[in-house]
Amino acid sequence: MAVEERDPLSGYKTTGHEWNGIKELNTPVPRPVFVFLIAAFLFSVGYWLLMPAWPTGQSYTKGLLGFDQRDQVARDVAAAAAQRAAWSRALEYTPFDVALADPALMTRVRDTAPALFGDNCAMCHGQSGEGGPGFPNLRDGAWLWGGTPDEIAETMRVGVNADHADTRVSQMPAFGRDQMLPQEDVRAVIDYVRSLSSERPVAPSARLVRGAEVFANTCAACHGVTGEGSQAVGAPNLTDGAWLYGGDRDSVHQSVWGGRHGQMPAWEGRLSTAERRLLTLYLLDLGRDQP
Amino acid sequence: MLSELTSGQRQAALIFLALVACVGLFVAGFGGADPIAAHGWLVLGVALISAFAVLTRFHDPEPVADRSGSYYDAPVKAGIILAMVWAVLAMFVGDWVAWLLVDPELTFSEPWASFGRLRPVHTTGVIFGFGGNALIATSFYVVQRTCRVRLAGHLSPLFVLWGYNLFCLLAVTGYLWGINQSKEYAEPEWYADLWLVIVWVAYFVLYLRTLARRKEPHIYVANWYYLAFILVVAVLHIVNGLALPLSWAQAKSYSLFSGVQDAMTQWWYGHNAVAFFLTAGFLGMLYYYLPKRAERPIYSYRLSIISFWGITFFYMWAGSHHLHYTALPQWVQTLGMTFSVMLLVPSWASAGNALMTLNGAWHKVRDDATLRFMFVAAVFYGLSTFEGSFMAIRPVNALSHYTDWTVGHVHAGALGWVAMITFGAIYASVPWLWKQKTMWSPRLVEVHFWLALAGTLIYVFAMWNSGIIQGLMWRTYNESGTLAYSFVDSLEAMHPYYIARAVGGLFFLVGTLVGCYNIWMTIRASRAAAVLEGDHPAPRPALETGS
Repeated sequence: MAVEERDPLSGYKTTGHEWNGIKELNTPVPRPVFVFLIAAFLFSVGYWLLMPAWPTGQSYTKGLLGFDQRDQVARDVAAAAAQRAAWSRALEYTPFDVALADPALMTRVRDTAPALFGDNCAMCHGQSGEGGPGFPNLRDGAWLWGGTPDEIAETMRVGVNADHADTRVSQMPAFGRDQMLPQEDVRAVIDYVRSLSSERPVAPSARLVRGAEVFANTCAACHGVTGEGSQAVGAPNLTDGAWLYGGDRDSVHQSVWGGRHGQMPAWEGRLSTAERRLLTLYLLDLGRDQP
Repeated sequence: MLSELTSGQRQAALIFLALVACVGLFVAGFGGADPIAAHGWLVLGVALISAFAVLTRFHDPEPVADRSGSYYDAPVKAGIILAMVWAVLAMFVGDWVAWLLVDPELTFSEPWASFGRLRPVHTTGVIFGFGGNALIATSFYVVQRTCRVRLAGHLSPLFVLWGYNLFCLLAVTGYLWGINQSKEYAEPEWYADLWLVIVWVAYFVLYLRTLARRKEPHIYVANWYYLAFILVVAVLHIVNGLALPLSWAQAKSYSLFSGVQDAMTQWWYGHNAVAFFLTAGFLGMLYYYLPKRAERPIYSYRLSIISFWGITFFYMWAGSHHLHYTALPQWVQTLGMTFSVMLLVPSWASAGNALMTLNGAWHKVRDDATLRFMFVAAVFYGLSTFEGSFMAIRPVNALSHYTDWTVGHVHAGALGWVAMITFGAIYASVPWLWKQKTMWSPRLVEVHFWLALAGTLIYVFAMWNSGIIQGLMWRTYNESGTLAYSFVDSLEAMHPYYIARAVGGLFFLVGTLVGCYNIWMTIRASRAAAVLEGDHPAPRPALETGS
């Protein structure tokens, strides 16, 4: 039997039920609840009338505004492209040397390139292009595939050992692991190669002589007779003190013994011509700051 | 826990565990090199350990012939302890991954210790391990008290609790071993999902049977919410989990859905998991423990009704707001957004009903940290439901989506609402269950409260800042009309907030540890002396005249 009581504090009656000591007041629903419920519903009805909203079997109500998110994105993208067109189109045909001398254009490059580089290149080449073990430093002037603007742009377009018909191809064979050189010769040639860029004079020894011999027979084909490298096959210069995989004995041993097969993706198809040329200009610009 | 079973029931439990052990052995044998074999061994091990536990109590004296004169609190006690164990474990992993975002080196170079495997351990551990056990335990407690009747069964409550925790164990060990069906908050593979269906149906039946036996003419509000939680979670779990395994002896399965339908099903599930697991269930908790602790009547029964139906009706539509500006057709987004906006009204009506119930008991909120936990929970419930509706509006979502703002929003709900109401409910029930006047140390409840509140605020403010900065950096254009910042620039900007977040999480974890200690000491005190009389169900009608 429900016995309603009056709550002395609020003045409202209870519903007369009790569950383990819990009672409920029969307070009417406060008016604001209905007001807000109606307001939220009216807002929704308005939104449904204006926007795509309710399914109608095969189609849906299109809304009075005729708004469509896909059209909107396409329009926004086109508008943004149009806004950039004045200078981004110029990037596609302006020769690099002319562009480099054009302060207005270079302002656009310096505005735009850091984010583009940061989102696409930095994970390998570092936030400021400083590189890392296995990933070339882009600021030190030691270019594997050539440092002219066109060569840099081409490397970006086709990549290295990449999935692109024109890709640049390069491989350092595994001379030790694949038994092209005995262990003795690997050790000798490592000493010789490290001596090429040594700042202090290296004392002559029989091992160095043997190393030079091995180098001339085996390495010179790619790295050149004097170890100056070859940008045609992406063979690093061994005399300049810039090391792609590290110049300590262990790293060089790993390179000679196990070989190297670095990769860089081809950016044609991922970045537009204008964007690749913009990044090229950015790298050249970075290089200009270097001593 | 087992001493309340008759010897026949102990035998039945043993036979059942033997069957489970056989299934485990079978899976371990046929699984071969597949990761499922490890789960076979795990199931076998758990079944054997459980059987051993039954055997040690096998010859205990029989319980009294008529057990209906007392409430069945053993599974409630076990559930509360399990909830706290999962809380410590999962919050520890949560704070670990938070520090991992500060410094990616703060882990072992093992596959299991990678961020992608640890994160679901955290989310599953807190939502299902901590939250789920707390819901099962408190629902068992509340349904008995509000129906004045003992749970309808002796083995089935134990089965529900045991089976549910086995599911959680299969889930988190699976993630560490790389078993994951890649659906957020529904990561476990098909066999764990199937097991949960069995457990959940048993839970549903048990709950309905207990309600059917009630000695009260009306069903109390808390039970509506618990029942909605049980029923809808079953529906969500079954539909989103529909998948075809490679074979019966392989862990991998493929979802029945693909493409945008898969995304929509997943977020219909995901958002309603928030709605019916993390909201409806915990509202059930709130509707019992808050008025009970405040010793005030519920502010408005009518408000309870419209909030309940408003929440159950509107939430079902809201999931698509997780897929704004995606391949999902825009009309579906529109419905998700507008229903999310309307949802705010019943959500605030619930929060308002809770806060207005405290009228006349504000001095208790001031003095009693347990009630204050519940009060703060209601405030955060109101806050995060407002934030949720706000973030569901498309242009707002354009800024907030994919940023830490979402993470902050989720934790305002998870720490501020779900965990706070749970701690409030646990601190209220532990003395009642273990027959003590108060917790071992009310001061430590106070300490826990402030640690939890400080941790939540630090966390949420850090993520709001981080998220909004992130969102703004991603959409900032320079004068050339190109993006001003790279992604890594935004990461660097987030770093200080990540540190703050991890510190906030640590506060929260330490608070939980304090709570565990306090609960442990309360239980120990109860072994020395039971201070309070236990409460009892309504007497049987036959005895009514005599008593």
